[in-house]
Amino acid sequence: MPPTRLQSIGDIMHIMEGFLPSPWWEIWFFVSLPFIVIGLYQLNKLVQEKREALPLLAVAGAFVFVLSSLKLPSFNGSCSHPTGTGLGGVLFGPCIAAVLGLIVLIFQAVFLAHGGITTLGANVFSMGIAGPAVAYFIYKAGTRAGANTYATVFCAAALADLVTYVVTSVQLALAFPGTAGFLGAFSAFAAIFAVTQVPLAIIEGAVIMLVFKYIVQLKPEILTRLNLLSESTVTKLREAAA
Amino acid sequence: MKYGMELAVAALIVVFAAVFLFQDAAIQATLGDGEEAWGGADGEAAGLIEASGYEPWTGPLWAPPSGEVESLLFALQAAIGAVIIGYVFGYWRGSRRTA
Repeated sequence: MPPTRLQSIGDIMHIMEGFLPSPWWEIWFFVSLPFIVIGLYQLNKLVQEKREALPLLAVAGAFVFVLSSLKLPSFNGSCSHPTGTGLGGVLFGPCIAAVLGLIVLIFQAVFLAHGGITTLGANVFSMGIAGPAVAYFIYKAGTRAGANTYATVFCAAALADLVTYVVTSVQLALAFPGTAGFLGAFSAFAAIFAVTQVPLAIIEGAVIMLVFKYIVQLKPEILTRLNLLSESTVTKLREAAA
Repeated sequence: MKYGMELAVAALIVVFAAVFLFQDAAIQATLGDGEEAWGGADGEAAGLIEASGYEPWTGPLWAPPSGEVESLLFALQAAIGAVIIGYVFGYWRGSRRTA
């Protein structure tokens, strides 16, 4: 496949049913499986030890539901949707976010023919693991460095969205290197992402930042309980908003 | 400012919508008869991979029979999420007030 062809599929969100040849779909299943298993274990622990975090977990999952159903027009004349998994990644880490992503991806694959069952492993990896992992590490690094909490959340969520698409393009470039080879195919994608996905990533970052503000206002004790914010930071943020 | 962040996010969305309208006008002007812009990227992608000679080795078990049914299911997905978010935030706010 020449790179000019690949350019036009740069803004695809989920890889469609049957569009990953063997052995790639099996490989991505094996890569994603440990994260899902650890995620289920962490979820079980969360339910037993920190029950008050359950509504927050529901919000994180519901957010993936809402944002991944909104197909927004990207600036190049086609539509694509945000992922919403950045919030789950920041709050609960990539393994639990992988489980939340899996639920939404199964819903979309079964009822909407959006994504697919055989490509579930690859899609869970890009949307549920890679994106949230980036969000999680940016948030940890940002809070450790003492950066503005909301700016950190914004960057974490926006980059989680962007990374999801970069990983999808890596997955497609690996499976369909064409005549350009892996790097040629991948750089063709990456050039398109800069234009296509950045606006959507900014919107997603802004919306998640706003939701984070409401969580700080309404239920800050959950954030301190999950070791996401220190009590002094919570007090500072709440005073700034008063 | 108390609602500074809300205003900033609202302004961002207005800019996003304005750029979309501007871009749309430019695209509509160059579009030929029967062509449609702002389609889903996934379907387009599928056609392009198929054009390279790749045959998908399996297809979806069930697909929404029409665009209307598909948008119903997408709206349902968003509604499920929105109900949960509204419920939890309302619950938190309510319990804060009574506390």
